[in-house]
Amino acid sequence: MADNPTLEMEQPTPVKRKGVKRRAFLIGGVAIVGAGLFGISIMDSNAVKTAAKLTAGKGEHSFATWLKISEDNVVTIYSPHTDIGQGSNTGLAQMLAEELDANWDLVKLVSAPAESAFANVGLGRGFLGEMTGQPGIINGVPQSFLSFLARQMNLQITGGSTALRFTGQVTFQKVGAATRLALIETAAKRLGVPASELTTQDSHVIHAKSSRSLPYGKLAAEAATLSLNNEPTLKDPKNYRLMRQSVPRLDIPAKVDGTAQYGMDFSVPDMRVATIMAAPVRGGKLTSVDEAPALAVKGVEKVIKLDDAVAVVAKGYWAAISGLRAMTPQFTDGGNGAISTASIFKAYDDLIAKGEPAGEAGEGDVKAAMGPKPIEAKYQVPFLHHAMMEPFALTAHYKDGKLDIWGGMQDPLASKMMAVDVSGLDSDKVTFHPMLIGGSFGRRLPMYMEIVSQVTKLAMQLPYPVKLIWSREEEIAQGAYRPQSAAILKANVTANKRIAAFSNDYAQTESAEAETTFIYNLPAVARRNYEHKSNQITGAWRSVNSTQQGFYNESFMDELAHAAGLDPVEFRRNHLKADSRHLRVLDECARLANWKAPLPEGVGRGVAIVESFKTIVAHVIEASVKEDGMPKVHKITTVVDAGSIVNPDAAKAQIEGGTIMGLSSAIGEAVTLEKGAVQQSNFSDYPLLKLADAPLVHDIHFINSGAYMGGIGEPGVPPAAPALANALFAATGKRVRNLPILTQAKA
Amino acid sequence: MTISTTVNGKAVTLNAEPDSPLLWAIREELGLTGTKFGCGIAACGACTVHVNGEPARSCSLPVSEVAGKSITTIEGIKGSDGTLHAVQKAWIAAQVPQCGYCQSGQIMAAVALIEKTGKPSDDQIDEAMTNICRCGTYPRIRKAIHAATGQAATAVEGAA
Repeated sequence: MADNPTLEMEQPTPVKRKGVKRRAFLIGGVAIVGAGLFGISIMDSNAVKTAAKLTAGKGEHSFATWLKISEDNVVTIYSPHTDIGQGSNTGLAQMLAEELDANWDLVKLVSAPAESAFANVGLGRGFLGEMTGQPGIINGVPQSFLSFLARQMNLQITGGSTALRFTGQVTFQKVGAATRLALIETAAKRLGVPASELTTQDSHVIHAKSSRSLPYGKLAAEAATLSLNNEPTLKDPKNYRLMRQSVPRLDIPAKVDGTAQYGMDFSVPDMRVATIMAAPVRGGKLTSVDEAPALAVKGVEKVIKLDDAVAVVAKGYWAAISGLRAMTPQFTDGGNGAISTASIFKAYDDLIAKGEPAGEAGEGDVKAAMGPKPIEAKYQVPFLHHAMMEPFALTAHYKDGKLDIWGGMQDPLASKMMAVDVSGLDSDKVTFHPMLIGGSFGRRLPMYMEIVSQVTKLAMQLPYPVKLIWSREEEIAQGAYRPQSAAILKANVTANKRIAAFSNDYAQTESAEAETTFIYNLPAVARRNYEHKSNQITGAWRSVNSTQQGFYNESFMDELAHAAGLDPVEFRRNHLKADSRHLRVLDECARLANWKAPLPEGVGRGVAIVESFKTIVAHVIEASVKEDGMPKVHKITTVVDAGSIVNPDAAKAQIEGGTIMGLSSAIGEAVTLEKGAVQQSNFSDYPLLKLADAPLVHDIHFINSGAYMGGIGEPGVPPAAPALANALFAATGKRVRNLPILTQAKA
Repeated sequence: MTISTTVNGKAVTLNAEPDSPLLWAIREELGLTGTKFGCGIAACGACTVHVNGEPARSCSLPVSEVAGKSITTIEGIKGSDGTLHAVQKAWIAAQVPQCGYCQSGQIMAAVALIEKTGKPSDDQIDEAMTNICRCGTYPRIRKAIHAATGQAATAVEGAA
């Protein structure tokens, strides 16, 4: 195996890593991909052998890393993805079991160990474009995500709506199909019949002519010695038994009776609980702290000072948080004490006014086509917190030169490597044990998981296991937020009610170009980004940059439609290509929503259509303003074209949830800064949408266009905010250009 | 101090500081981890349990206040033969949970609501179900409450 190249993380990291080699961020992923893991060589590769050793016990036989079959006919699938609630692991199991023709009742799904043998080769293939045989596999994945992965190469990540699209399509379906062929080959030999006479169903190979059948479990030992077919033919979708079915999710029963074990729930004998406070102004350092008040709290055992944080270790969480709150640690502001929400918006305004963008994309001569009097509007959106319901909680234990960590992260393997990096231990001395995740939405990605570093530092100096829990206050103050962003949009709408030129000048942390798709067919378009960094960490927030851009473009299209005196659906139609998927989604959504039907007094209807992660979603929202001035959503009609859908009900749940997250953030969420620190502290001042304000009717329709499979976890979010703002304009005549909406639409 | 109480039908003695919240006694002392920590200020409801049959947010309820009372957690609502509560069954049928972290609290709030009202109306559901779910499972929660109480789930067309 070739040496891995040395790669640096570009993202600013809050973690101080003195004297630690960065190589730890690089692991076998690249080399494994380079060695050509899939196919015949898979059977000989060290990674596959390692995986087999790690998973297959007595009477169990491993196939191509991700699958084992036991002699009692149980199929166990190892997922390299962390199911963060989107049901993707059930979808992955459906894809593999479909091609394997496995008996679904005897399929088990477990998390792959956080070991490099289980690095996600499907992702590697997709991202590196090596040996995929599937051109376009990386379409629809944000460039920033690709380059991030290319730098990290830990490849056990969950994000970017990639689980089913990459791991599923590139790896799992093929592993299922190839294993099925090996089982048939084994059965043919044993039954003395040609393989062509054999069929498979419910984990059995069947010879109909002689009415004989053999369970997979009786064939597995021998089949596992065969070389797997490199490029097995996949099933014709019309023969699907599991895919495209609303199979109940495998993880749900344990989530209704309290038995599901999240990172927060882990415990081992002798364990202590710690909680922590980092510098309130990000970038600041701990200067001093009087430990006495904390140590006076019953149950508190130790105060540990880190470079930029102070932690309290106690018998339990209540003692730990009481101890922490009893202290008044002093921090510097790292020179960031003048940063505020207003100062960041001011910097954005200045940058855009100066007119020297960091990047530019588009087509046509916008300058010439813009004309002397363009329509212009300025929009602003705030930092957003992920607000995963389970606060960060990791347990670590350093004993006899070995470090074990338990918890839920979107990339267990990268988490392990961060712990290797911080502890200075060799990688074979560190084990990360993945656990269920109580929500993530982009928060638990490796770029921002300073808790791994923190818990490692605590464990390395404690003689017992320690569970580090972040309080909700710490979660909100130390987030990796959706960027605060602003944009100035301009367009020239000519006398024929057509857009001649359209420009979008936006400022935030970095370019959004890679994550966003501009869907309209216009003669001249310019998208220019202006980059300004504050002391905050900005990151992937469900649908990555598509929420801001979706809000800007779809609000402005609505403004242009009204300026042109045209119906917003008709105006959009005029600027979409005939026979395009976008046009079909828009038309279907308008039709199903009864777009032109009269509404009660005070209720307005708004539309928005956004493509993200290769999936097109249109929402039509009916909304009004409540007595207290806040928006009320009555009904949503949604049309989704994700190409094809693996599990329709689970996909629907993602669109429902994504829409609600989009509405919640649009209506009431904002992280604001003053003197460099976050002003919000808990759900009391960072309010999330509750059941009473969720739409009573959400009508969701899928178009199975057969186009390349798009994502489903994220694309429901971006059109929600503009569809609501457009509905409120229709209801009240008030145009809301700054999020959150709050009471801005009040008469 | 020691506090005597009943948890899921069993008499227990908790050794806790009087001001420490019930949540941590349940989770750390009794090891019943189905009840979750979400915010610590009774804002999200992930820690919802029943105290004498009433829903309570245990993260902000001092343990001293439950002396002599009867507490039920998510682990205690199954039937004595281990069968799931009708609300739990409805939750599975409607495929409610996504990440699942808030769902113990949601189910406990729903069970309390149904015990109180029989067949809660949408307005009663709106009023009682104030627990936060970031995954946005609200339409299915409403649908599952309807289903668990024999009400047609016509209101929420989107929830499959």
